[in-house]
Amino acid sequence: MDMKVGKKKLGLKEKYQHMTRGLGWETTYQSMDDVFPFVKYEGIKIHDWDKWEDPFRLTMDAYWKYQAEKERKLYAIIDAYAQNNGHLNVTDARYINAIKLFLNGISPLEYMAHRGFAMTGRQFPGVGARVACLMQSLDEIRHAQTQIHSLSNYNKYYNGFHEYRHMLERVWYLSVPRSFFDDAVTAGPFEFMVAIGFSFEYVLTNLLFVPFVSGAAYNGDMGTMTFGFSAQSDEARHMTLGLEVIKFVLEQDPDNLPIVQQWIDKWTWRGYRVLTLVGMMMDYMLPKRIMSWKEAWEVYFEENGGALFKDLARYGIRPPKWLDQIEKDKDHISHQAWATFYNYAAACNFHTWIPTDDELDWLSQKYPNSFDKYYRPRLEHWREEAKKGNRFYNKTLPMLCQTCQIPMIFTEPGDPTQICYREVDYKDNKYHFCSDGCKEIFEHEPEKYIQAWLPVHQIYQGNCFEEGVDPTAEGFDPLSAVLDYYHLAQGRDNLDFEGSEDQKNFEMWRGMATKNA
Amino acid sequence: MQMDLRTVTIKPQRQTFDHIARRIGADKAATRYQEGTLEVQATHNFHYRPTWDPDHEIFDASRSAIKMADWYAFKDPRQFYYGAYTLARAKQQETAESNFDFVEGRGLADTLPAELKDTVLKLLLPLRHAAWGGNMNAAFITAYGYGTALTQPCIYHSMDMLGIAQYITRVGLLLGDDVEVLDTAKQSWMEDSAWQGLRRYVEDCFVLKDPLEVFVAQMVALDGLLYPLVYETIIDNVLSSKGGTPIAMLTQFMTDWFAETRKWVDATVKTAAAESADNKAQMETWITHWRDRAAAALMPIAQIALGSEADTITSEVVDQFNARMAKAGVSL
Repeated sequence: MDMKVGKKKLGLKEKYQHMTRGLGWETTYQSMDDVFPFVKYEGIKIHDWDKWEDPFRLTMDAYWKYQAEKERKLYAIIDAYAQNNGHLNVTDARYINAIKLFLNGISPLEYMAHRGFAMTGRQFPGVGARVACLMQSLDEIRHAQTQIHSLSNYNKYYNGFHEYRHMLERVWYLSVPRSFFDDAVTAGPFEFMVAIGFSFEYVLTNLLFVPFVSGAAYNGDMGTMTFGFSAQSDEARHMTLGLEVIKFVLEQDPDNLPIVQQWIDKWTWRGYRVLTLVGMMMDYMLPKRIMSWKEAWEVYFEENGGALFKDLARYGIRPPKWLDQIEKDKDHISHQAWATFYNYAAACNFHTWIPTDDELDWLSQKYPNSFDKYYRPRLEHWREEAKKGNRFYNKTLPMLCQTCQIPMIFTEPGDPTQICYREVDYKDNKYHFCSDGCKEIFEHEPEKYIQAWLPVHQIYQGNCFEEGVDPTAEGFDPLSAVLDYYHLAQGRDNLDFEGSEDQKNFEMWRGMATKNA
Repeated sequence: MQMDLRTVTIKPQRQTFDHIARRIGADKAATRYQEGTLEVQATHNFHYRPTWDPDHEIFDASRSAIKMADWYAFKDPRQFYYGAYTLARAKQQETAESNFDFVEGRGLADTLPAELKDTVLKLLLPLRHAAWGGNMNAAFITAYGYGTALTQPCIYHSMDMLGIAQYITRVGLLLGDDVEVLDTAKQSWMEDSAWQGLRRYVEDCFVLKDPLEVFVAQMVALDGLLYPLVYETIIDNVLSSKGGTPIAMLTQFMTDWFAETRKWVDATVKTAAAESADNKAQMETWITHWRDRAAAALMPIAQIALGSEADTITSEVVDQFNARMAKAGVSL
């Protein structure tokens, strides 16, 4: 904004400081400790909030102006996309399952980010930090809503979107992303910032958000692509905030280092586990692939992340723990995950399939060390069985990891033929883990993780049936009763893509739009 | 003749998401406000209790004494979702920008009588801190309130308060000779007896734990008296008649903002009070308490511009406030 100043012209930085941190004051009628009650209990020591470097300088009038312009353009495209049945231009109807995964698993996290940043935006005593957090909080409700609005049009025509809010709190695999964010929001304000601001938004965003948006661009999905691109400049702001938090906290006191390091270890691992779903999406669900999960990990984490952690080394930060395991796992996790969803496709709100021959060849080529040896024969076997009418849907429930809540499907680092199990005895109970990372995270805060709402445990405890259902009645079908509790439309939302309503409708509608029959 | 453009028509399987359809009917298309608001916040099967508040869930209706059978009974009559909100504010900031240009371009600030300019600096500039307090209070409700219908307008309110603090800062930098006017105003805020009632009020709000009580203290009582008193009455009427119209132009954003925002505030008060006799009684107790405190805190500030008339004019503003609340179903 331009402003005339009597005697001297203010620099941008000084001007912004008057517009933000000049507004705050040290309270005296109420103690600062009472006004900001959560800022000390995590053990982080901050001596001078004025040392905070504003990661971006945006006054509200400029914010409204720029963002309104972006919204105007975005909604014009969303409307046009809906009006001319843009959904019929996607490469192949299987693609739509990738965005089902997005709306169900990711969009609700945007909303949680909105509320989480409002919490830190209330709790930090530093004005600069508070304003940056609140602006991100405002951006995050934008992202939640633009995603809901964009995908609303898919919901009108395709199955699997219609109960995303209800399913988020109940369906087995959705507890993975949800518990991740619940974990962050229930932590203190500094840990939240390291978890979401730094680890998620800065370190892992290229592995989460970008694959979906690029996937949309590669597969003719203008609607999804547009909200992704429109969010890009917001994301750039969020990334600079994430980095500033780390630097600021580390510069304030040397005692902060071990606490921050432990959070970086924890949240990189927690985030990496959630990314299993993205890896699977990239390798199996995009008809037109962008790159393999393994390649994405190498480019975005090993190269870019490597440079970042080199940069942070001057603060005493070392790269996150368990990277050696991730390095070994990158040949495997996407295949292990897709096999699991293929198995449990009866209890899932998107469709699964066996890749076509050229897709299998693509996977062989991208995963020369693992695919032909461990995964291709299994997929081909399942395909043969399905052809013979023996499509097998697994109806027993898997054991879940107490921390990441993913079924225990991952293998021992270095031995892809052996499932990895870890366990801990705590207060007369035995807890199970998929990995050393998840086990160690539990051991650091057992009282938190024993509270986890594990979908499988809850089913066995009888907490996942609709009211009035009698599990002792003759012919009781537990899976079907659980699916009712999920509000899953059986035979429409679940099972294989082949033969699904989505497949038939897409074919019919595309015919209507392109032929004169 | 009528243009008859055609598109291929496909019959949709459903009009909206099921949780929206259960509320509005399955045969209706939902608005963007509805899809972006209704039941967006999580309510069931939380995984962990907050380490910062183990007695509650992450989102927990029992943080408030106000009880609602359905927290989505609250509605924003402005139907603000993010897109609608930013478009509305972008329009207002355009007006504000041209007003600032007008006043600056014609050197109108220099034409103001010195006494009037001095009054404005004394009255208006410390209010940037009060607006900042409003930002914190609205952020509190956004964070810890229950249900998106209530919390969503609060993030917008929070950022509006920051915007208002920034507009006041601009007015100060335009009227004052130096950035030191901001320091002077802050010193008044911290030390002058005239401002201590208001500062105490704002700080006392910072330690409230009930999101609806914060709503009453900030959005209902404080905003509900401060904006009509300072912007609608003192600046738009009293000072304008003494040659202060340029000031009214520079604060048009605040006047327009309050006229718009009070519709949401009134609707929220009305819905909460109409829910039950207990809610109504609780709202009455809170509103009475915070109205009296706000009126007392604002009196010495009104005196800066109104002198001996402050008493009468403040009482008038309180009467208008009472009438407004009566319309919203709360008799005081």
